[in-house]
Amino acid sequence: MGKFSRRQVIRTSLAAGAFLTATRCAAPSGTPNNPASGPQVNTNQSKDVTLRLIGTGVSQINDIRDKAQEDLGFKFDMRALSTEENNQIAITQPGQYDIFDGEYFSLPLVVPSGNLQPIDIKRITNYDKIVSFFRTGEFKGMPVEKSQGTAPFKVQYLTGADSKEFSATPTDYATLIPFQYNADTLGYRPDLVGRPIESWGELFNEEFKGKTSILDIPQIGIMDAAMVAESLGLMTFADKGNMTKAEIDQIIEILKEQKANGQFRAFWKTFDESVNLMSSGEVVLQSMWSPAVTAVQSQGTECIYAPLKEGYRGWGGGIGLSKNLEGVNLDAAYEYINWMLDGWVGAFLGRQGYYSAAPETARKFMSTSEWDFWYEGKPAAEDIVDPFGKTLAKSGVSRDGGSFDERFGNIVCWNSTMEENTYLVQKWNEFIAS
Amino acid sequence: MSETWKTLKPYALITPQTLVFLLFLVFPILMIGVVSFWEFNGYSMTPAFTLANYQGILTDVTFKTYLNTFKFLGMVWLATLLIGYPVAYFLAFHVPKLEWQILLFLVCTIPFWTSNIIRMISWVPLLGREGLVNQMFMGVGLIQQPMEFLLYSDFAVVLGMVHLYIIFMIAPIFNSLMRIERSLVTAAEDLGASGLQVFREVILPLSAPGIAIGSIFIVTLVMGEFVTVRLMGGGQSASVGKLIQTQIGSLQYPLAAANAIVLLAVTMLIIISILRVLDIRKEL
Repeated sequence: MGKFSRRQVIRTSLAAGAFLTATRCAAPSGTPNNPASGPQVNTNQSKDVTLRLIGTGVSQINDIRDKAQEDLGFKFDMRALSTEENNQIAITQPGQYDIFDGEYFSLPLVVPSGNLQPIDIKRITNYDKIVSFFRTGEFKGMPVEKSQGTAPFKVQYLTGADSKEFSATPTDYATLIPFQYNADTLGYRPDLVGRPIESWGELFNEEFKGKTSILDIPQIGIMDAAMVAESLGLMTFADKGNMTKAEIDQIIEILKEQKANGQFRAFWKTFDESVNLMSSGEVVLQSMWSPAVTAVQSQGTECIYAPLKEGYRGWGGGIGLSKNLEGVNLDAAYEYINWMLDGWVGAFLGRQGYYSAAPETARKFMSTSEWDFWYEGKPAAEDIVDPFGKTLAKSGVSRDGGSFDERFGNIVCWNSTMEENTYLVQKWNEFIAS
Repeated sequence: MSETWKTLKPYALITPQTLVFLLFLVFPILMIGVVSFWEFNGYSMTPAFTLANYQGILTDVTFKTYLNTFKFLGMVWLATLLIGYPVAYFLAFHVPKLEWQILLFLVCTIPFWTSNIIRMISWVPLLGREGLVNQMFMGVGLIQQPMEFLLYSDFAVVLGMVHLYIIFMIAPIFNSLMRIERSLVTAAEDLGASGLQVFREVILPLSAPGIAIGSIFIVTLVMGEFVTVRLMGGGQSASVGKLIQTQIGSLQYPLAAANAIVLLAVTMLIIISILRVLDIRKEL
């Protein structure tokens, strides 16, 4: 170090302070890890196409992108966002994406913005292979048919080719083509809980005081809370999926009381936070997403995705087309959707514990033991390995919750956007601030 | 001609800076102000003039959230001052060589080198229920049950912010301490002042502007803070920044804008009152 005058040092330190302040102002965002793809020789028009996808971290998977590029010959640019960012961009920045991969519950907000164009079902080859609940609202007469909230079927169809209105009955125009979905429930650490968890009500059990957690996303967290409150008989709802102001007031009061009693350890907002809470043992029982449970398990920690007697909270995500798509790009997007329903993707997602939109086609790409394990709920005939090479279940183990029918059929409510959404967010803030 | 140019020159010189300033600072803030009067539904905003957004935030909750934010501010300010001042004092008066002063000052910036993700993950093994601190205390038999308040609590939020922002207190105080003429101290000592008297009568008043600048940094940083509050508070603690973030996440931009304007006004008030008490101009 050379000679520093005192004044120089003073100036530098002040500047350093100001610089640090300035860098602090940049809010951290998600961490999309999508490296750019390699160069490619263009031989025909569709190879010039690059489709820009936006979606949440659980759907933007590099392996799927690579395989799609290989099979279809055009390029994909994926962006992994948080649930909230995803909806924000879908609604406010239509020029930023070609394909929107979002959740059904966001549709009551996204569709009226007019940023999605209806999908022409006649162009979707395997549409009839999609699970009937998405297409017709029927599923073998099981409870899911009467499920509350923003069930996919309720927002699956539009009334016309350039309509922004949902149709209660099937039409030729779809909002989204389902991509992945699941039946969410409570996850717990069997080693720290010590007994099976069979009811949503356990989340408020004093036994687990200071060791539980729920989601800090109002539209999802409120549904979990409603399941718990109903299960404990604390209150009833006319329709959990569309609460009245009075009902929201009441459920928030219940939540506040639980918070004041110290029932919760923390709230989580992103996938990795929930994994962290669970694997560190800070939380032993919490509402979780299924891949989070898988992530905890793959760290060698036991974690059970509890089948609960009241049923599951469903969520579903699908692929929609931006209104800006036209010509070759639009054709490419349809090609992608058809490719997605062809089965390879379904099998890939299936191995992570999600369900495919068209299980029949996915079956072709899965081994018998994989199919039996993931869809039939049978004990694994051999070790079950996820797409990234990690062993998820040893031979002889069954997946939590049983077969596809048992799990999907018992969804009783869905993530919801209610008419009183604004009020809900306001009250939710009140709960967090309490 | 040259006379006119002479008059115009300063204006020409400040024009680029002024434009940038207007375009990227004043204009966005004005837009936020405008939007705060708009109407909105779940997915869109419509230009209008309504006071509903402001009425909507004038509630108990907002009030409580502000109180909570002030609480954080007070605690973080006090902690950073009490820790930062001695550190800066030590750097300025007890480290003899300039090279060492610079090196040690850089060491103080280390907490800044980690990203939020790293911080979020690394506090758990330290402060968690089975973390190092709890294990240590339980190991030596001081406590029987792990202390839960260490993580996901107001304590953790304050700890996280102090860890993160203390440099903003150290830097300006260090700066003003360095500018104190050493002969003043010698003179005071010659006149028979004790160490404490030298500090109280000479050093403290002369370093007050540094404290003021540091306080302004802390006020602006803590008042808008939402990441640390969420990560360290486990989502259970509220701050105004977090309130705004939740509203933005739910696409309630006008509400968030109204909140932001109120927050801006409150923060400005605090800063103005700091400036009323202490004149920092001679520092710049």
